[in-house]
Amino acid sequence: MSDPGNGDAAVPPICVRGLRTAFGEHVVHEDLDLDVCRGEILAVVGGSGSGKSVLLNTILGLKEPDGGAIEVFGRDLADEKARDELERRAGVLFQNGALYSTLTVIENVEAPFLEHVRLPPDFVRDLARLKIGLVGLEASAGDKRPADLSGGMRKRAGMARAIALDPDLLFLDEPTAGLDPVGAASFDTLVRDLRDAMGLTVFMITHDLDTIYAICDRVAVLADRHVAAIGPVAEMERSDHPWIREFFGGPRGRAAREKQS
Amino acid sequence: MVTDQAAANEASPDRRAPAGVEWQEHPDLRLIASGDWIVTQLSGVTGQLGAHRTERARLDVSHMGEVDTAGAFALARLTGGAAALRNSGRDDLDRLAELIERSGEPEAPRQTRPHGLFGFFVRTGERVETLWHEAYGSMVFAGRLTLTLGHTLAAPRRLRLTPLFAMMEAVGVNALPIVFTMTFFIGAVIALVGANLLTTLGVSVFTVELVGVAILREFGVVIAAILLAGRSASSFAAELGSMRMNQETHAMQVMGVDRFHALVVPRVLAALLMMPILTFVADIGGLVGGLLVSWITMDLSPTFFISRLIETVELRHFWIGMSKAPFLALLIAAIGCRQGLLVEGDTQSLGRHVTAAVVHAIFLIIMFDAIFAVIFMVLDL
Repeated sequence: MSDPGNGDAAVPPICVRGLRTAFGEHVVHEDLDLDVCRGEILAVVGGSGSGKSVLLNTILGLKEPDGGAIEVFGRDLADEKARDELERRAGVLFQNGALYSTLTVIENVEAPFLEHVRLPPDFVRDLARLKIGLVGLEASAGDKRPADLSGGMRKRAGMARAIALDPDLLFLDEPTAGLDPVGAASFDTLVRDLRDAMGLTVFMITHDLDTIYAICDRVAVLADRHVAAIGPVAEMERSDHPWIREFFGGPRGRAAREKQS
Repeated sequence: MVTDQAAANEASPDRRAPAGVEWQEHPDLRLIASGDWIVTQLSGVTGQLGAHRTERARLDVSHMGEVDTAGAFALARLTGGAAALRNSGRDDLDRLAELIERSGEPEAPRQTRPHGLFGFFVRTGERVETLWHEAYGSMVFAGRLTLTLGHTLAAPRRLRLTPLFAMMEAVGVNALPIVFTMTFFIGAVIALVGANLLTTLGVSVFTVELVGVAILREFGVVIAAILLAGRSASSFAAELGSMRMNQETHAMQVMGVDRFHALVVPRVLAALLMMPILTFVADIGGLVGGLLVSWITMDLSPTFFISRLIETVELRHFWIGMSKAPFLALLIAAIGCRQGLLVEGDTQSLGRHVTAAVVHAIFLIIMFDAIFAVIFMVLDL
């Protein structure tokens, strides 16, 4: 998506160098390097407990790193200004939606607007409706509370809130987990369309091989406390790493590959 | 894909320019957009968004920087539809127009609540209905509780001892210090006020009787009950409520674990068993407070206070106070559990029901105490 002639655009939205995170004695990441390029959809995969969510939380500034540096939009995350910018320019879809349970869906989507920009309430409400429509929710869902929604609808509502401010960076934590195959496929299409139309960079934690084959440009594999491999899916299939071979070469991986071809 | 200027702007948001709009009437209606039409820069043009335009305007984007969905949406509003955004010569605008069209024109399904006199009747009716449901729900709960307690009596082996003892510790033992302290001060205050009043009448020794009757008959049990409501009704409601939010009660149900047996009975029994002990400690605390104040302010020696207490204050006052304890305990624990089980999915409902548990419990404590007072008066006790 970036303009090749422009120097600024070459700065990766996320750049992680030598990251180390630990909970007491338990080291989660050691010497982890990761670059996310502009406009790409990057899938982060790894076994349970390999530290995918910890990595996400660390990049979002929810957890302090124990070593190394994280740059977001070319600024060190330790810098207060970089965090402000991250808040404004990043949208996050948490695993269970993390919608504010006391607000209706439309109020949830309006929340980032009220926090960050000053616009007339009517316009904000219409914009929120637009976003709710974009993620494929019925207009009537806007007046419901999160507790009254199904799991899939809650994910979509969370997505509408994540893209409310047209972020440059979108973080998705297992967006298709718990969705039915049809719903998951339409969610994939949604992510790709939004990326194409809005020029998003997407950082996605996922286990869904169908999603990886359908829309992801690159895959980063977390194993042995660091990024064991990163590259396009086709490259991953040829990897010698035992976990990666098992992940992509297993029956599910084969099925997903055949579905795409 | 974006223009050079836009790309440069995106990399350094500080250099972004506010969105601007200029209308040109001739040769045709034309909207000239300038600046960055992104959500943070729109505040300058939103004043013109009030009314949908009926006539369609052409769009000139040659001076426009960056654009996002909010900007495209505003442009669509100004030009009379997303279709006008197409063929402007910019790819990003085309794609955004497609997104907006796909989402459909946002309809306003606003719900209006009835107002005026009609609204008043509607609200009154709704409230009466909730009141009826509430009363009905309470009766259902009381019925199930009685039934389950009966089952437990008939088959004591079904009683879960571990949670019962844990609850007894939380509800009773841990509350003893605060109950003692509270009634100590209440007793002291009664003695002070009584001493002042009765000394002017020259019958200061009656302070002993005042403290004795007031504490043993009323304050001991009521203060203990109010503390139980504040400490335990709230925690019962919060515990059961968060279990419901976490679907733990559903898990119990499908495992065939009866919620009343597992959750409600241990709590109610714990309150029932500990409340008399709390009341007893409250009585002692109140008497000690009264004794100390009488000793200090009126020089009534502790031995005199105690012997006069035994002489003049009949034992029935103590038993009257004690007799209320199990009723109030049952009431408080049942209200806490019931409100907890009413919690729905959201956090607000948790807060509402915890509040309701405490408020209802305290209200009913006072009300039942008044009813008991009338009953005992009629019985001449």
